[in-house]
Amino acid sequence: MRPMTTARLAIRSFSRAPMSARMGLMLVFTYALVAVLAPVLAPYGETEIVGAEYAPLSSNFPLGTDNIGRDMLTRLIYGARNSVGIALLTSCLSFLLGSIAGLLAVAVGGRFEMILSRVVDVLMAVPALIAALMVLTISGTSVVALVVTIAVIDATRVYRLARSVGANVMVLDFIRAAELRGEGLRWIIIRELLPNIVQPLAAEFGMRFSFVFLFISSLSFLGLGLQPPTADWGSMVRENAILISFGNITPLLPALAIAVLTVAVNFCVDWFVQHSSGLKD
Amino acid sequence: MTDPAPQTEAPLLLDIRDLWIEAVGEDGVKPIVKGISLHLRPGEVLGLIGESGAGKSTLGLAAMGYARPGCRITRGSIRFKGQELLGLTETQLTALRGRCIAYVAQSAAAAFNPAHRLIDQITETAIRSSRISRDQAESRARDLLRRMHFNDPDAIGRRYPHQVSGGQLQRLMTAMAMVADPDIIIFDEPTTALDVTTQIGVLASIREVIRDLGKAAIYITHDLALVAQMADRIKVLRYGSEVEEAPTRVMLSDPREDYTRSLWAVRRFRKTNDGALKAEAPVLEIRQMSAGYGNRTVIQDIDLAVGARETLAIVGESGSGKSTTAQVICGLLAPSNGALEFQGAPLSPDRKGRSRQQLRDIQMVFQMPDTALNPRQRVRDIVGRPVELFLGLRGKQKDDRVGDILSMIGMEPGKFIDRFPHELSGGQKQRIAIARALVCEPKLVICDEVTSSLDQLVAEEILMLLDRTRKALGLSYVFVSHDLETVRAIADRVVVMSNGRIVEQGATDSIFASPENEYTRLLLASVPEMNADWLTRRLSEFTEIDVGPNFPPI
Repeated sequence: MRPMTTARLAIRSFSRAPMSARMGLMLVFTYALVAVLAPVLAPYGETEIVGAEYAPLSSNFPLGTDNIGRDMLTRLIYGARNSVGIALLTSCLSFLLGSIAGLLAVAVGGRFEMILSRVVDVLMAVPALIAALMVLTISGTSVVALVVTIAVIDATRVYRLARSVGANVMVLDFIRAAELRGEGLRWIIIRELLPNIVQPLAAEFGMRFSFVFLFISSLSFLGLGLQPPTADWGSMVRENAILISFGNITPLLPALAIAVLTVAVNFCVDWFVQHSSGLKD
Repeated sequence: MTDPAPQTEAPLLLDIRDLWIEAVGEDGVKPIVKGISLHLRPGEVLGLIGESGAGKSTLGLAAMGYARPGCRITRGSIRFKGQELLGLTETQLTALRGRCIAYVAQSAAAAFNPAHRLIDQITETAIRSSRISRDQAESRARDLLRRMHFNDPDAIGRRYPHQVSGGQLQRLMTAMAMVADPDIIIFDEPTTALDVTTQIGVLASIREVIRDLGKAAIYITHDLALVAQMADRIKVLRYGSEVEEAPTRVMLSDPREDYTRSLWAVRRFRKTNDGALKAEAPVLEIRQMSAGYGNRTVIQDIDLAVGARETLAIVGESGSGKSTTAQVICGLLAPSNGALEFQGAPLSPDRKGRSRQQLRDIQMVFQMPDTALNPRQRVRDIVGRPVELFLGLRGKQKDDRVGDILSMIGMEPGKFIDRFPHELSGGQKQRIAIARALVCEPKLVICDEVTSSLDQLVAEEILMLLDRTRKALGLSYVFVSHDLETVRAIADRVVVMSNGRIVEQGATDSIFASPENEYTRLLLASVPEMNADWLTRRLSEFTEIDVGPNFPPI
């Protein structure tokens, strides 16, 4: 068999992927593209007031305008950049925190694991939304505070998962073999434990990413998320909510954007989990 | 049941003809039973024997018209008392199963529901399928239990599964299968999970109750010596096909096929004595060692020494503390008392206190090759990591070293070095695990039941490999095992453990020839021999051996 380049491998596995995965991948790719090319694609500026309030759909404003006369399509496009970018950043951070802490707890064990687990229990005992509202009210609503707060809250769930899955791997004999070789903590976590729990973690990532996304949106809806005038799908729903009573679907568009991305991400993750569990090819 | 069986002489109870069963696997549909025929007359016991993957369990289940999920019966016929089972509806089959054909599985512990009393579980099938009253079923169960040497059937029936021993549970499961008074009972490895001294009691009661009640049975096992005690006829299977079939005594004395002969010849391997054992300082010494988990002491006052280039076997039944001893030597479990000495220098009881050289010198091979190798690493990394760590070799040098050891254990480097564990067979995995232990030329290798999850022929190869590498590399083995035949084949000296203590130790030949300790004698006498009369003789010789129930305290 000829040695294959990564690109060729990627194309081959894409062409063999099931329909749902291909659709998911394409959608995610489209979102990414839109996010990156937002300034090019958007007809107007992000915060530019270009027309009347709540203007109906027209050739100038394909999706109408919002409560203060900004172009809806432009806002949606920039929203992809802001909302998706921050949700992605937050879930990556929460997975980094959660899985490192979880695996460390498993590998070190003993008192360390117990204390860490109790701390996590305490954090989890406070409802996520309340905790976030509390912290953000105190710290102020900067993007950094938002990302860190949600990441820490979310990391507790990841910690739980990483610890329970990791504990099942930790009792296997190849970990004993590594210990008998005198391997350090780092090797055991990164080389022995991690590769064996990537699948459940990845599956969880798809779910968590969606949850974080919705969480940020609900915070924005409550006014503690991304601050105006930044375009954000969650706040856009709130800002235009009043239109619903007039039978206008405009406020549902950002919600639809969120829903479609959530489904697409989960299609991709399902496929990845299935693909990597087979370990063939 | 309506139309008479085609045979004239004696009516066939079960008549399977040209049966094909396919399994849907990762790489498509594969036949796992290929055109096997078998028949069973009333009161007859047929032994099915073969290695794993021979299709013996699949065939046993097919006798009830059942195919495991992922399997389907594609061709052939299964007739029970002349009635074709294939094509019956699931409801009709369910009515048949349990009442007419019953099944006794390998793991009784998994077959009983821990939340219900034993008597309720034993009688459940009978009450449901045979439409007899609870009282009738219970009195039948009591009669059966008495036949199986439970002196107080009511007392045992009131217990829950966790309150009886493994051997008792297996006998209770046999009783459960027989309460509905079936015509055929299928035993699938009923004693494989049991210790030898327990096994003998279970074998005796199964055999007795089948004979007394004149039942027909199919006895599935991988152990020839066992099937020889139980069966009237033996059928040898391999890769889903029949190798040969003959009455037990004919089969034992005069097998026709090469494969059968090779099965019979298993354990003919004996290590050759190289004589260079004496008068060298021991590699490892353990003095007055005690250890346990939490407050429970598992081993007590263990004194033993492993000589240079010696294979020392630690034998015992489950719970004897042999594996705990192995863990203490490796430093996986801290002893509560005692001292370790390695090559004349004190050895820290905790692996973290050991020097890199000591870690390199003491290696371990685990029981289950499936869990001993990281499924996400290639052979190159699994075997190469110790080379990197202990010898500091990298890149090409490392790969060469890995290649050398692979060649030594009989695995072609070019073919295997890039494989993942799931691309290897069980025996190959165990070889890789051994290669990982040997690649840095250790002084002492601890083998914890390394052959017990392998088929006989494969286990034999592993034993030969161990003995060959011992000579080539001049190392010592501590060989932990419950299998006395394996121990006899490989060990220079034997340590017998029971209840956490060493009861006897000495040279292999003398222990096996003239055991001094009571327990050692019992253990040796419980190993089934390849002789159809062994069980009968054994039971008459040792009447004091526990065949009846020994009630553990609640």
